[in-house]
Amino acid sequence: MSTGNMNLTLQVWRQKNSKSAGKLVDYKLSDISPDMSFLEMFDVLNEQLINKGEEPVVFDHDCREGICGMCSMFINGQPHGPKDLVTTCQLHMRSFKDGDTIVVEPWRAKAFPVIKDLAVDRSAFDRVIAAGGFVSVNTGNAQDANNLPIPKSKADAAFEAAACIGCGACVATCKNASAMLFVSAKVSQLALLPQGQPERYRRVQSMVAQMDEEGFGNCTNTGACEAECPKGISLENIARMNRDYLNAKFISEEEI
Amino acid sequence: MSSLSKAFTSSIGKKFVMGLTGLFLISFLIVHVSINALIFLNDSGETFNVAADFMGHNIVIRIMEVGLFVGIILHIVQAIILTSQNNAARPQKYAYNKASANSTWYSRSMGLLGTLILMFLVLHLYHFWWPTKVAVYTHQEHNTFQNIVMIFQELWVVIIYVLGVISLGYHLLHGFQSAFQTMGWNHKKWTPVVKTVGIWFSIIVPIIFALMPISIYLGWIG
Repeated sequence: MSTGNMNLTLQVWRQKNSKSAGKLVDYKLSDISPDMSFLEMFDVLNEQLINKGEEPVVFDHDCREGICGMCSMFINGQPHGPKDLVTTCQLHMRSFKDGDTIVVEPWRAKAFPVIKDLAVDRSAFDRVIAAGGFVSVNTGNAQDANNLPIPKSKADAAFEAAACIGCGACVATCKNASAMLFVSAKVSQLALLPQGQPERYRRVQSMVAQMDEEGFGNCTNTGACEAECPKGISLENIARMNRDYLNAKFISEEEI
Repeated sequence: MSSLSKAFTSSIGKKFVMGLTGLFLISFLIVHVSINALIFLNDSGETFNVAADFMGHNIVIRIMEVGLFVGIILHIVQAIILTSQNNAARPQKYAYNKASANSTWYSRSMGLLGTLILMFLVLHLYHFWWPTKVAVYTHQEHNTFQNIVMIFQELWVVIIYVLGVISLGYHLLHGFQSAFQTMGWNHKKWTPVVKTVGIWFSIIVPIIFALMPISIYLGWIG
């Protein structure tokens, strides 16, 4: 951990739009505080670029508290950088050393086309959710909170799956650009709870069909997604989704 | 597309076929390694030849052999389809990808390892499967053990066989437990057992296979 301010070389992917080819461009940054977040470091870079009359680097960000899932940089070969269980906004410059060269690329997947520079279009995830990642609830008065008994272990597992912020790090790091971890988390958070049961098998089939249509790759169980997920989403969710899907397709007779 | 064919063409369906055929081929390996290990009895192949003759002539075994080839071909065809789809899912590669930080090299190289195994398999079938077939259909006597001893006199053959089973070992190291995950079998108590069994299987079976050409070449058996 360094204490003094740092000088860094950034290699940032610059790409005008989804049609044009991009390239890595070198930027020198000096006097970067180790207490800055990675995004704040990019803010400094962008201010310098604006002062020089150049185009600032476009990158996604929103809450900067690690809970919204907007930030999305592939830093030194890893989504959200070298630290475990953090998003890019929660990554601090003290994780790097003075004089480091840092390569920053956008998520790369056919299903996530680059909008500009480091910002990619992740609406494929929205369409997967729209295909079935919900429960249908009748209008009327809310039910009594403890009306439906839920075992603690199930509630915990559903909560852990629901921690997924949909950032897309799993797709970005997977050698096959597979979205299985994301989709399985969104399937599991409902499949584990009583409220999710009526649409359980319809949901998993619809969401997997949409996932395939979006052009994500196929899972080969390398486990890279789980290792890189900033929210620690487990591979158990993928097994659960496989189980529900195979159950619906081959064992019980659940139609879409 | 009908629901039935969609079940097999979806990503999970294709992986299901991969896992199922993979487990089937694992079960074949158990039979194969057990019968071949009879050469370690060192009785000039007497017991082994009885078993080999049975495997070559028994009608049930020969029907199962067709199933084995179907399994291998399905496994390969699915692998080709899945790999080409997976490559297409990332048209633009990363300039710098530190994949070693999150996964093992062999889990990411199943296609390469499988190709190496297939190349080995072609030579292997030419060495042992083809001569027994010729003998069966021309109604000739075939001493399988003598054939083994003859073939493993060449050092380069022994080296290729050892490299072949090393590829198989790494392929199994990922494939064994991966097949169960694909089937959706993930259990707090059983999954660690499956993983441990998978690791030992992937080490022990290739070692027994590798010992066959090595011990014949070195004259320990013959």
